[in-house]
Amino acid sequence: MGKYAERLYNGIIKENPTFVLVLGMCPTLAVTTSAINGVGMGLSTTAVLVMSNMLISMLRKVIPDSVRMPAFIVVVASFVTIVQFLLQGFVPSLYDSLGLYIPLIVVNCIILGRAESYASKNPVVLSIFDGIGMGLGFTLALTLIGMFREIIGAGKIFGFQILGDWYTPITIFVLAPGALFVLGFMTAIQNAIANKKGKPRKDTFGDCGAGCANCSNSTCSGRFLTEEPEEKKETVKEVKSAKTAEKE
Amino acid sequence: MKELLIIAIGSAMVNNVVLSQFLGLCPFIGVSKKVDTAAGMGGAVCFVITIASLCTGLIYKFILTPLNFQYLQTIVFILVIAALVQFIEMFLKKSIPSLYSALGVYLPLITTNCAVLGVALTNVQKEYGILQGVVNGLATAVGFLIAIVIMAGIREKTEYNDIPKAFEGSAIVLVTAGLMAIAFFGFSGLI
Repeated sequence: MGKYAERLYNGIIKENPTFVLVLGMCPTLAVTTSAINGVGMGLSTTAVLVMSNMLISMLRKVIPDSVRMPAFIVVVASFVTIVQFLLQGFVPSLYDSLGLYIPLIVVNCIILGRAESYASKNPVVLSIFDGIGMGLGFTLALTLIGMFREIIGAGKIFGFQILGDWYTPITIFVLAPGALFVLGFMTAIQNAIANKKGKPRKDTFGDCGAGCANCSNSTCSGRFLTEEPEEKKETVKEVKSAKTAEKE
Repeated sequence: MKELLIIAIGSAMVNNVVLSQFLGLCPFIGVSKKVDTAAGMGGAVCFVITIASLCTGLIYKFILTPLNFQYLQTIVFILVIAALVQFIEMFLKKSIPSLYSALGVYLPLITTNCAVLGVALTNVQKEYGILQGVVNGLATAVGFLIAIVIMAGIREKTEYNDIPKAFEGSAIVLVTAGLMAIAFFGFSGLI
């Protein structure tokens, strides 16, 4: 059981997709206006992540290497469509408040990243646990940010009034700018802690933008039809193998 | 005409794609260090989103709707966009090398830009026709261009400022973006 528990720990704490890997920031900022939205988005992403990890891991010996990215995208997009219809049918209120961001789970770097860097190389059960771990890590992060914004911006948690009448809500925190402020301060706090420990944090956010190609997993749909030069491919592989060796 | 104008102002200013919808945030933070690269990125995004909204609009109207395959939109759109960007890249390389040298580097980065898929899906959701869809796409991209160029301008200045150590890097950029988002709220009275 050790290695399965290790996968969960890795996803939730050690490589938390939001706080440590800084992936999938668009939905993180957009839907965390309240804790319940954060939970809903997190769980939808988890469902897609677990199922796509499972299927991709099952198919890892069948999918030819050269077309793996389009294949992954089709798998992920199919599951996203399924989740979208389930939400629309059974939780219409959540479906309305998440809106556009449900189909946009397809372009969430976390999912393609895990498919490429984990599920396509590891056995099925481990991949499922990796999906659960990463998904719960994402859910936890979204819920925390959502709770924080909801308390400051509306004085509520999960819709229940927590702070009394004496508190004047700072409404800006449930609006768009609040998300950017919260994330900015969160990054700053993490930087401050890391600086204190003497190990400055690498600014991964900028990296991601410099090309989702570097999105900590050198994947994301953009690159898949271009032939990468041989040399580059090799270095990427080397880096990856070094990374996996490190993990082991 | 009036309707198109309202769509355009709405998508470019009031519901700015980066600052109020948080789509395409990664390139917004990552490629906004210098004004000219930011402008290049913005230009490439304009180009791709406009063509992508035209293509996805046509496919939705003339292929998916007649066949009752609307539920496949997410899958079809993401594959179309990915292929389209590659195609545009090849086409520019062969036919318009000058434009390619200006925008080429940014093109591969755009496929994963969720703004492209976001616009295609919004067009369907709001039941825009082909022309309205293209206008919406172009305006959204112009909104992105405006936001990223302003951001790059600010960042060029903040280079010389004395920022607290913990806020260096993306933290101060995010706080700046938050302030910009507040400023963009001022446009909400326009419509």
